[in-house]
Amino acid sequence: MRTLTKITRRGVFALTAAVAGIALTAPAKAEVSFAGQTVEWIIPFSTGGGSDTWARFNAPFLQKHLPGNPDVVVVNEPGGGSTRGTNLFTQRAQPDGLTILGTSGSTQFPYLLGDPRVRYEYQDWEVVMVAPTGGVVYTTPATGVDSIDDIAELQGQRLVYASQGATSLDLVPMLAFDLLGLDVQYVFGFRGRGDGRLTFERGETNIDYQTSSAYLRNVTPLVEAGDAVPLFTWGILDEDGNPARDPTFPDLPIMEEVYEMMHGEPPSGPDYEAYQAFNTAGFAAQKMVFLPEGTSPEIVEAWRQAFRDIFEDPEYQASVEDVLGAYGQVTDGPAEALFRRGTQISSEVRDRVVNMLETEYNVRLGE
Amino acid sequence: MVDVFLSALAEITTLKHMSFLLVGVMLGLMVGVFPGLGGIAGLSLLMPFLYGLDTTSALALLIGLVAVIPTSDTFASVLMGIPGSSASQATVLDGFPLAKQGEAARALSAAFFSSLVGGIIGAIILTGFVLIARPLILAFGSAELFMLSIFGLSMVGVLAGRSLVKGLCACGIGLVIGSIGGAPATGEFRMVMGIDYLYDGIPLVIVGLGLFAVPEIVDLLRRNRPIAADMRLGSGWFAGVRDWWRNWFLSVRCSGLGAVIGAIPGLGGTVVDWIAYGHAVQSTKDNPRFGQGDIRGVIAPESANNAKEGGGLLPTLMFGIPGSGAMAIFLGGMVLLGIQPGPSMVGANLDITYTIIWSLALANVLGAALCIALAIPISRLTLIPFQLLAPFMITVICLAAFQATRILDDLVALLVIGLIGIYMRRFGWPRPALLIGFVMAPQAETYLYQAVQFYGWGFATRPGVLIILAITLISLWIGMKARVDDSAGVAMKQTDPDAPAPSPVAALRRRWPQFAFAAFAMGLFAFAISDAMRQSFLGQVFPLTIASIAAVFGATVLVMLLFSRDAAPVVYDQEEAPENAAEKGVRSLWSGAFWIALLVALTALVGFFLAMLAFFLIYLPVRARTGPVKTLVLTAGAAAFVLALANALNLNFPYGQLQDIVRLPWPLR
Repeated sequence: MRTLTKITRRGVFALTAAVAGIALTAPAKAEVSFAGQTVEWIIPFSTGGGSDTWARFNAPFLQKHLPGNPDVVVVNEPGGGSTRGTNLFTQRAQPDGLTILGTSGSTQFPYLLGDPRVRYEYQDWEVVMVAPTGGVVYTTPATGVDSIDDIAELQGQRLVYASQGATSLDLVPMLAFDLLGLDVQYVFGFRGRGDGRLTFERGETNIDYQTSSAYLRNVTPLVEAGDAVPLFTWGILDEDGNPARDPTFPDLPIMEEVYEMMHGEPPSGPDYEAYQAFNTAGFAAQKMVFLPEGTSPEIVEAWRQAFRDIFEDPEYQASVEDVLGAYGQVTDGPAEALFRRGTQISSEVRDRVVNMLETEYNVRLGE
Repeated sequence: MVDVFLSALAEITTLKHMSFLLVGVMLGLMVGVFPGLGGIAGLSLLMPFLYGLDTTSALALLIGLVAVIPTSDTFASVLMGIPGSSASQATVLDGFPLAKQGEAARALSAAFFSSLVGGIIGAIILTGFVLIARPLILAFGSAELFMLSIFGLSMVGVLAGRSLVKGLCACGIGLVIGSIGGAPATGEFRMVMGIDYLYDGIPLVIVGLGLFAVPEIVDLLRRNRPIAADMRLGSGWFAGVRDWWRNWFLSVRCSGLGAVIGAIPGLGGTVVDWIAYGHAVQSTKDNPRFGQGDIRGVIAPESANNAKEGGGLLPTLMFGIPGSGAMAIFLGGMVLLGIQPGPSMVGANLDITYTIIWSLALANVLGAALCIALAIPISRLTLIPFQLLAPFMITVICLAAFQATRILDDLVALLVIGLIGIYMRRFGWPRPALLIGFVMAPQAETYLYQAVQFYGWGFATRPGVLIILAITLISLWIGMKARVDDSAGVAMKQTDPDAPAPSPVAALRRRWPQFAFAAFAMGLFAFAISDAMRQSFLGQVFPLTIASIAAVFGATVLVMLLFSRDAAPVVYDQEEAPENAAEKGVRSLWSGAFWIALLVALTALVGFFLAMLAFFLIYLPVRARTGPVKTLVLTAGAAAFVLALANALNLNFPYGQLQDIVRLPWPLR
């Protein structure tokens, strides 16, 4: 490969200047290298949060596996519920492979809902990696529920849920509880799921969910002590894009199974479509890495290759689960599939959700 | 139990652990000295070192960094009147007047010694507290947290200055500004006027710098003298240690207060220093000079803010909920290291918890020792003529303000809040009261709403709520008897106390600037009320209530300004103070503000770095009258400093119009 390029390059110099102008791009295409340069990884969230930790975990591996071993620095651009940093990326990033964006569910949701602050378009970008996650819904034994088989007990009870806001990731449990016909009172203004879990532990709320790693760390001890009862998970998407049980919690049913237990048939219809769209954007395709619009296929390929190499790196394999939880990160085809499922929504489903937010929760997106 | 203690003790006393701790302390010192930069900048600086380290060494680095920031941020608070970080805001009130009186070294060493003691006492309290912390933290539900935020607000009574009604009005301004942005209950956006920047609310850093740093810089810029007016440094650090010794019990009490309040997640570390300061004021009987350079006003917040970091560790370790900004960073670092916070930290991993707590104490000792050694040389800064220091300070506060959200709007917001601060200072409106209102507004609103949702209005009869209510009432009662005056260093007005009140027309003619500022506050309340009218019930109830109450106080101020005698506490204009009349060559209030505005305007045009160069090249010859060589040397020095800092922290500077047109290489972009 290398000798071939050299020959081409030598040949190029022999040609006339006019031809050289076109042909010079050929060797550059074959050999993408970021040697001596700095890659900026824009994270539209503040330092210390989940997305920041995720990026900072991956950054040194990228440095090791990207061609030319460039410096990879994480640049935090928080604000506007992650819309500010993402807008900035759209506005300023050059398609040279030296600026990438890391998004999260909170970046996808305003886009899907048509928030006026969104000035970015997912479909313009090239997805290079997706990091899925999952989550578990649990309740307290005080509700009279000992396992998911007693789910019917929850119907008709007044359940209380501590929410970060109707347009945050907590939209997914709202849509799920609605589908299941649970009567849940949402109390807003919590700063994170950790905050919500503390409220659950105090007994102020009686239903809650945590992402998988936080669940394993902080709720499993509660379950063992008999203070919490796991109900169901958000599930994952299998290779065909169908909902399947979460491999981290194979014993727990997914929302769809619970629905079937209660109603005798699998969920369908626009409300379920809405749940599916936001569930994918919020969990299965939670964190994604993008290159800006107009990036050449060679550069995209170089980035994907870097991630393929990272996934093979024993050092990565040894530490990924501790830091990011049990879900592997994916690139190529699976990443593309998750990206499409997590960033596309029919306008009917969007209108339905926006309308529900407006009438039931007083959320006005267009200010 | 004993073996857990011993293994933790053995861990921290190893040479390796100590040396990593020391490196962390040094890094934290560098970050903390720079005003406005806190834990977040620290972590960015630390990241390159963190990789490839084993867990204990990396932890030592992190702890060293986190522990020393509330110690070293005192430099900026005392020497420049700029809050070094949100934990040192109260230190400015008395620390800076002390520096102006030429006692910078004394104030610094008392502060560092208090920090040292605070850190150690915090660790001692935590050693026992760790075992009962979980049930205790769980006992603080939303109702109790709401009552605690009311307790925080009650400190306004102490900090209101000469005129209580102005204090309440200032607090109202703070509450209104603090409720800009998304409503906690519904997420609807209040008072944003379609400006993207306001959707998230105005950052605390901006409000702190705008209220305290900008007015002081502007005031100093009007005069031609150094910060320390009488050109002496005071009797060095022994004096400060003696001061601490005379007030050791105050320091111990504030440390305890800091550790406990820091341990309660949700209240945030931002009020700890104010509560400690308020406590010092309330409990001081003999000869208080608070606001004008009382060393107790330095000892109290500095003892509390170091103890607070220890307290903040508890919810971080046990629930994964950071108790303060620095702890958020610590949490991020822990997760990267693969240490999972959770109940196991008081179970199987108790030894790690103790290693962390005691490392914190040790880092406090190291940090305080280094700072004390540096106190006297660094305090010489106050002897430099201020015209030379000013461009550096203006650059520094702009750079610090820009760390808030990293857009130009940060600087514009700084300028606007700065103007409010300048006029509050001039007309004797207490700035701490505004800050407390600002900090407590979102807390009070969120917790009130949540408490009502969870318990109904019956939440008010919960035992925890009643206990905190009783403490608040006692504190208010004591506070009313000992109020602080924040118009630092200004002699009392030389007016005839028996002079009759002027006619309203004459009063208006003479006092129109004060009248105009009070009218501005009224305008703000009216805006808040009209904006609230357009929101849903849950979104409007809080701003509507507070703005209406504040408007009553505002109207009272206006009426009093019309009808009061000259000697009334509500009537105050620094421009008429004897100090100003006596000093020669004092420039207009606007001259100082002009220079800051110039830098902001230039930044909007050509981006921060080029603007800074131009600013130095204009300012130095015009205002400081330096020769061409000195001008170039100082400009180059400042540029090198800013570049080195930006490079280490991987900062991008604010963009200007120029950067929108052409693509420039770093640092010009």
